[in-house]
Amino acid sequence: MLRFLTRRVLGAIVILVAISAVTYFLFFVLPANPAELACGKNCANPDVVHAIKIRMGLDQPIYAQYWHYMTGIFTGRTMPDGQHCPAPCFGYSFADSQMIWPELKDRYPTTLSLALGGSAAFLIIGVGLGMLSAWQQGKTFDRVASSISLLGNSVQIYFIGPLAIALFVNNLGWLKNGSDPTWTSNPGASLNGLILPCLVMSVIFWSNYSRQTRSLMVEQLSEDHIRTARAKGMGSKYVFYRYALRGAAASIITIFGIDLGSVFGGAIITEATFNLHGLGTLAVESVNKEDLPMEMAVMLFSASAIVIFNIVVDAAYALIDPRIRLA
Amino acid sequence: MTTLTKPEAEPTPQESEHFLSVRDLYVQFATEDGIVKAVDGLSFDLDRGQTLGIVGESGSGKSVTNLAVLGLHNPRNTTITGDIILDGQELTGASDRTLEKLRGKKMAMVFQDSLTALSPYYTVGRQIAEPYMKHMGASKKEARARAIEMLARVGIPQPQTRVDDFPHQFSGGMRQRAMIAMALVCDPDLVIADEPTTALDVTVQAQILDLLKDLQQETGTAIILITHDLGVIANTADDVVVMYAGRAVERGTVRDILKTPEHPYAWGLLGSIPRLSADVDVPLAPIPGSPPSLLNPPSGCPFHTRCAFTDLVGGDRCSTERPQLPAGRGSACHLAQDQKRDIFIEQIQPRLR
Repeated sequence: MLRFLTRRVLGAIVILVAISAVTYFLFFVLPANPAELACGKNCANPDVVHAIKIRMGLDQPIYAQYWHYMTGIFTGRTMPDGQHCPAPCFGYSFADSQMIWPELKDRYPTTLSLALGGSAAFLIIGVGLGMLSAWQQGKTFDRVASSISLLGNSVQIYFIGPLAIALFVNNLGWLKNGSDPTWTSNPGASLNGLILPCLVMSVIFWSNYSRQTRSLMVEQLSEDHIRTARAKGMGSKYVFYRYALRGAAASIITIFGIDLGSVFGGAIITEATFNLHGLGTLAVESVNKEDLPMEMAVMLFSASAIVIFNIVVDAAYALIDPRIRLA
Repeated sequence: MTTLTKPEAEPTPQESEHFLSVRDLYVQFATEDGIVKAVDGLSFDLDRGQTLGIVGESGSGKSVTNLAVLGLHNPRNTTITGDIILDGQELTGASDRTLEKLRGKKMAMVFQDSLTALSPYYTVGRQIAEPYMKHMGASKKEARARAIEMLARVGIPQPQTRVDDFPHQFSGGMRQRAMIAMALVCDPDLVIADEPTTALDVTVQAQILDLLKDLQQETGTAIILITHDLGVIANTADDVVVMYAGRAVERGTVRDILKTPEHPYAWGLLGSIPRLSADVDVPLAPIPGSPPSLLNPPSGCPFHTRCAFTDLVGGDRCSTERPQLPAGRGSACHLAQDQKRDIFIEQIQPRLR
């Protein structure tokens, strides 16, 4: 297990370095000139523009800039204009000259909470529905559940979001409107404010997971080793949970690993729908402002999150399927 | 023997003589295309300490019969009628709970492909220990000790460490041994071995068959050995039932079946065995045609479409009248007794040398 994890973490570092390099160098292919965005009224004066360039460190060779940028993330650095930027340093925003990390730190809990909470919601609901359908295979519940999950598949977050707010918040008063979480100061209210966004976000994933789970379970239940377990006299519930679900879980986790990207995508749309302030809205704002360091930071941050979650998923897979450990 | 719940109707004395009696068993599957008559009026008996070989081609109903004995069929599309009486207890129509308690404890099954038949997710030891904990009420520790003991008994080296291995870390022969250990962990009275050696090397096959035989001598279990390989039953079975299209077509001791078979299908099976001593230039004699569809089996004798001897039976009896299998030694064939003997001695036996 340790060797497996070490290998995966090393691989992840390589991937992250590659992503950061590609993103960083891509920005220099873009036509935008940061110095000209920052110069304001004085752009007619080439000396001013040049001074800004030096202040931003844009006069240095690209590879040196990249090196300073990457080392800054881990050790902090002194910016070309003499200011100290503590680790993790993602530099300054071109748009408002503020440091990027505090802004990022402010925003990421919303997105992360949404992604985790939404995933938990759709895994519990989707997989649960699928398991019930497999257990009730061919009966009424099975048919009703597949129709319901199909409904979930054909709606969009920005459509059911407002509907859910109108129903559960305004009319019934059961749930709170979505709000940004502040886990350290007020965990109760944070949880309360996230229930509705997480549930709404999970709806679009229900159908996929319930259908996949159902077919995986049905497939598992027809496996030879299920028959063996029953031939040993193990009860049908025991066989269902311990044998069939164990087999299906490996595949469900694989699908979840593939879906991680769309989970973050879903979190971004949910943020916009519920007027939350997470990384998604931050990314959109920074693109509109051509704020390259901010885009870069958001990109790197979400890429790292996805890579880390992928390692977690792979580790979970290896725990579930003993054949993976040695491979 | 511990007494189990009494069946509603007392078994007749004739039936209770045998440890396992299967009487007029019909197993039918409802499919989209119609009703498949997988087992069509099968009867056989088995005593303690005896081995019954059930021989036949793929799809002749061998495995289905034995899944029906254990109650492992899919109840949604399967109808089972007839009697399966195990130690005086009627199993057809028994509740799931009753069968669950019997499975693994009183009757156990060894499956063919040990790689797919063992769960890849649990250690061999755990899979052996599970039924012991369930049926014997043993603790985890006791069950683990029992699993190690069973692995040692089936000849797995270093059972104390191998008990924690997963099935994929075992070789094919060892997996099959582990499966036998799993079937025997609760000392069942009946072991059904469904082609236990088909997926194995010939050398390992012999080891596994010897193992089954040794364990039978130790514990006195009854064994049903399902196979399509007459070579397998030659050394292991006491009695043999030859099945074709869901019916028993011939029954006798293993000596009867191998030395003086009566049914043309049994002749065909014997003739298809490759022999090391045979002339390399003489081709094998396979049975012509293919097994009949059980959706719509041929009328009369199900074998008449592939039988070379229908002309010797008067009229069209073979295609209209279903031959009956007499009780005890005998075959379900319209040929007269001396016709069968003469054909075997004159036409079949010379080819078997």
